[in-house]
Amino acid sequence: MTWLWPALLLLVPLAGAVAIMFAPARQAKWIALLATTITFVHSVIVAVAFEHWHDGGFDLEAVVPSLGMESMGIAVRFGADSVSLLLVLLTTLLVPLCVWGSFSAISRRVKEYYGWLLVIEAAMVGVFLARDVIFFYVCFEFTLIPMYFLIAIWGSSNRSRACIKFFLFTFTGSLIALAGLLYVAWQYAEINAVFEPGGGSHLSWTFDIATLTSFAAGTLSASEQRWVLVALMAGFAVKVPLFPLHTWLPLAHTEAPAAGSVLLAGVLLKLGTYGLYRFVLPMVPVAVVEYAPVIAVISIIGILYAALICWVQDDLKRLVAYSSVSHLGFCVLGLVALNPLGAQGAVLYMINHGLSTGALFFLIGMIYERYHSRDMAELGGLAARMPVWGFFMVFFTLASVGLPGLNGFVSEMLCLIGTFTASATAEVYPGRLGPWYAAAAGVGMIFAAMYLLMMVGKVVFGPLKEPVVREPAQGRALPPDLCWREIGVLIPLAVLCLYLGFQPKPVTDAAAGSIETMLSAYPQEVRRYVARESADG
Amino acid sequence: MVDSQAMLDKVWFILPEIWLVIGAMVVSMMGLSGTRLVRDAVPVVVCCFLAVAMAGIAWVYGDADRLAGIDLLMPQLGPYVKMILCAIGIVLAMLSVGLIDRPLEDSLKSGRARFDPIRTSRGEFFAFFLLSLVGAMLVCNANDLIWLFLALELTSLPTYIMVAISRPSVKAQEAAVKYFFLGALAAAMFLYGFALLYGSTGTVVLTEMRDAFAEQAAGDGLNRLAIVGMILAVLGVSFKIVAVPMHFYAADVYEGAASPVTAFLAFVPKTAGIVAIILLLGTVGWSGHGAPGAGGLPQPILVTLWMISVLTMTLGNVGALLQRSAKRLLAYSSIAHSGYLLIGVIAGPGMGINAVLFYLLAYGVMNTAAFAVLSGLQRQGEEIESLDDLAGLRHRYPVMAVVMAVAALSLLGFPPLLGFWGKFSLLIAGIEAHRMPLVVIALVNSAISAWYYLRLVGLPILAMPTPASESITHRPVPWARVAAVIAALGLVALPLFVNELLP
Repeated sequence: MTWLWPALLLLVPLAGAVAIMFAPARQAKWIALLATTITFVHSVIVAVAFEHWHDGGFDLEAVVPSLGMESMGIAVRFGADSVSLLLVLLTTLLVPLCVWGSFSAISRRVKEYYGWLLVIEAAMVGVFLARDVIFFYVCFEFTLIPMYFLIAIWGSSNRSRACIKFFLFTFTGSLIALAGLLYVAWQYAEINAVFEPGGGSHLSWTFDIATLTSFAAGTLSASEQRWVLVALMAGFAVKVPLFPLHTWLPLAHTEAPAAGSVLLAGVLLKLGTYGLYRFVLPMVPVAVVEYAPVIAVISIIGILYAALICWVQDDLKRLVAYSSVSHLGFCVLGLVALNPLGAQGAVLYMINHGLSTGALFFLIGMIYERYHSRDMAELGGLAARMPVWGFFMVFFTLASVGLPGLNGFVSEMLCLIGTFTASATAEVYPGRLGPWYAAAAGVGMIFAAMYLLMMVGKVVFGPLKEPVVREPAQGRALPPDLCWREIGVLIPLAVLCLYLGFQPKPVTDAAAGSIETMLSAYPQEVRRYVARESADG
Repeated sequence: MVDSQAMLDKVWFILPEIWLVIGAMVVSMMGLSGTRLVRDAVPVVVCCFLAVAMAGIAWVYGDADRLAGIDLLMPQLGPYVKMILCAIGIVLAMLSVGLIDRPLEDSLKSGRARFDPIRTSRGEFFAFFLLSLVGAMLVCNANDLIWLFLALELTSLPTYIMVAISRPSVKAQEAAVKYFFLGALAAAMFLYGFALLYGSTGTVVLTEMRDAFAEQAAGDGLNRLAIVGMILAVLGVSFKIVAVPMHFYAADVYEGAASPVTAFLAFVPKTAGIVAIILLLGTVGWSGHGAPGAGGLPQPILVTLWMISVLTMTLGNVGALLQRSAKRLLAYSSIAHSGYLLIGVIAGPGMGINAVLFYLLAYGVMNTAAFAVLSGLQRQGEEIESLDDLAGLRHRYPVMAVVMAVAALSLLGFPPLLGFWGKFSLLIAGIEAHRMPLVVIALVNSAISAWYYLRLVGLPILAMPTPASESITHRPVPWARVAAVIAALGLVALPLFVNELLP
């Protein structure tokens, strides 16, 4: 029954969702809050008891018996290393806040709403805990359904287009990624085929992530790795999202309800970078070394392009959504720098972006609840009306911009330093990027400061401008400024932003072990590649 | 002189079928009874006969000695296919409760008319229902071309009548006539193929034919007549599984027939056809006869099947994109799923055939779930057909809306529903058989199909009801809706037992 302990992280939210189905509507939010809080506490206990914070090992390993397809080596296999656990913690922290933050915003189809929030929590935690490719894929895909409904039912005016686009983009992408993973599993099964004495043979399939990862890295040829890389990138780049595949994101973010945007930016985008971290980098090192500059250029285009788009946005939510595209570019850049600094920056960025952008979406949701508008032309000088809101808005914007002392700064700097030092001549961890890449991406930081501070300048400061409220909020009217519940939602995020700004070491240290294992093949691969290049040229 | 023991063994393994034929006779007589209670009991009796037949299948196939000695090409197909036919048959019978003779029964109840056996067709309908199932089950036991032909025709002939009497509408008559003539054309086609196969081997017995082909292959390759015969036979049988190029009837016939009958058409003849194709291909084998150095089917047959598979799934999915009618959409989706099934057929024994059988189960459940929703609802006694009728179904019938969404997601192959595991096994089978291009095409097709299956998810749950969909009510008999819920629960719960369900 060891499997029950990690499985409860999924089962408690699911049980909560079932309970909500049978409970009266007015108790739905309390059940959801209870279930998510239990899950949060559970995940904290798991984290405290976790033994591999410093060595990159896996814990919580367990297989649920008799589920899956035994003949194919598919099982519900749990396991977590420090990076997975950090992301689990981020998820279990954000979901109860989303539940709490939605108390006044959702008045329609309440039971379904909280039910879907719980289901999506289970799916997201499942992604981070999965140690089996198919279990991972099932959870990865299943996040689509709750999000589809969250956007489609509680979204704003253009929601039907947004949810369909979101679904089709991610579904298609992950199908291609599945094809790549199936190919790896097939190669493994072929090479390890068992020959029976009778003359026949049967393939020995497994979908264990660890087995397939070490197999792919060690055995697949360069051209095979290239194809697998392309397939996996198709799936994960849509989710991140990287530049040409990002078009679903602004639409989905803008139309989603506040909690949906928070989860989308806070956790779902990380499924893409986590996929890069867990699958792409360790599985196909030869191809990654070859294509690192390409991926880096795509990320930099994304950083700059999205930042320029942010500059001309009128819609608050759309602005923050595009800023996510820009920020996640740094994260991917840190990963393909192929050195520990960059990767630590990337992992820290995943957490930080979840905290600060999540909080920004909460803040915009609070404005939207009061004014039914996100249009920057209609809003201005709100600090006069809502000083508390104004304080938090400035605080999280600065965290997002990367003000030293707040969390965004550390991770952005680490990603950039990682990129900067990732030149072919570096001693310990040579890479394929270098100062020029860092310089180009650095311009993105300046852009970020400009567009985010312009937004704050318009919306928070200046002469007060309030739109006429077209439809009064249903139910309990909200006070002009934030109520205690809303402040309570923001405070944990603010505290963490501040703490990780001054003391990022716990996270970076925790990630270090895992990163070292993941990058172990790279220095040699890069040197080999560089040597071959110079021999050719 | 036929060995009498072999004869007895043959009869032994079709005892469940014989039992169901008795059932067909019983219900056809019960339908003529003057007592309303007896007539109403017809579907119940059908379900009982099917349940007993399931137990019977387990019993007769439990006899390992006989099973080892039986003279069949693929004896292992039998129990699995027959079990799923009977199990899904029970659900399909629930769908058809209250479908036939409704106006007649209404006027009897109100005393406006007196019972007249000549005007009732309920008994016949369910008798044909059972006979068609028997035909599909008998296909598994075919060891010669004559038996195979008769079993395939026994599957199809009753369905022509079922389509015609399924609803009192000229559309149904038109569908039946279309279905009948095209079916006859297809039968002629595969019969001609059978004749060529006989001509090239000198035998109609499948096991002997396999030996003859092995001999030919060891000599100077397969007889050309045999290849032509095999291709013609496969093309003819592809009518039963609605595969290109014999698919054109599907949309019209599925639309014309009443929804419960459409659900039946999409599953039972398809199962019979797929099993027949597997048996036919089993005679030439998947070990690469006539194609030196390569595994798999003989090249011309492989190319034909490959083309059929690709065209079928692509045409089905693209066709479904354009539909405005829910039944036509599901018809095209049925075509597409046949294309997926053929991947497993091409992959061959072992994983391939297992995946096909498992997929038949998965498809049977999800297809029945989707049609059960359509069968459980009506508008003033008329079928609901248009996709717009489903808009905002949630407001009136939340459970039916959820069932439709689950069925559509499963048809799409969305994890973790049953359809995902089915499609996944087919893809794995294709990969194992080194058919990567087919697998990639199937994945692309899945992505295309997301667009229209998403409409089936979105319309009932998300859209606002329209005046047209407001006027929808449920059918007076609850059993179709019960069947819908059972099938949807199956889609959600059966994945937990994938290990046990894989053949």
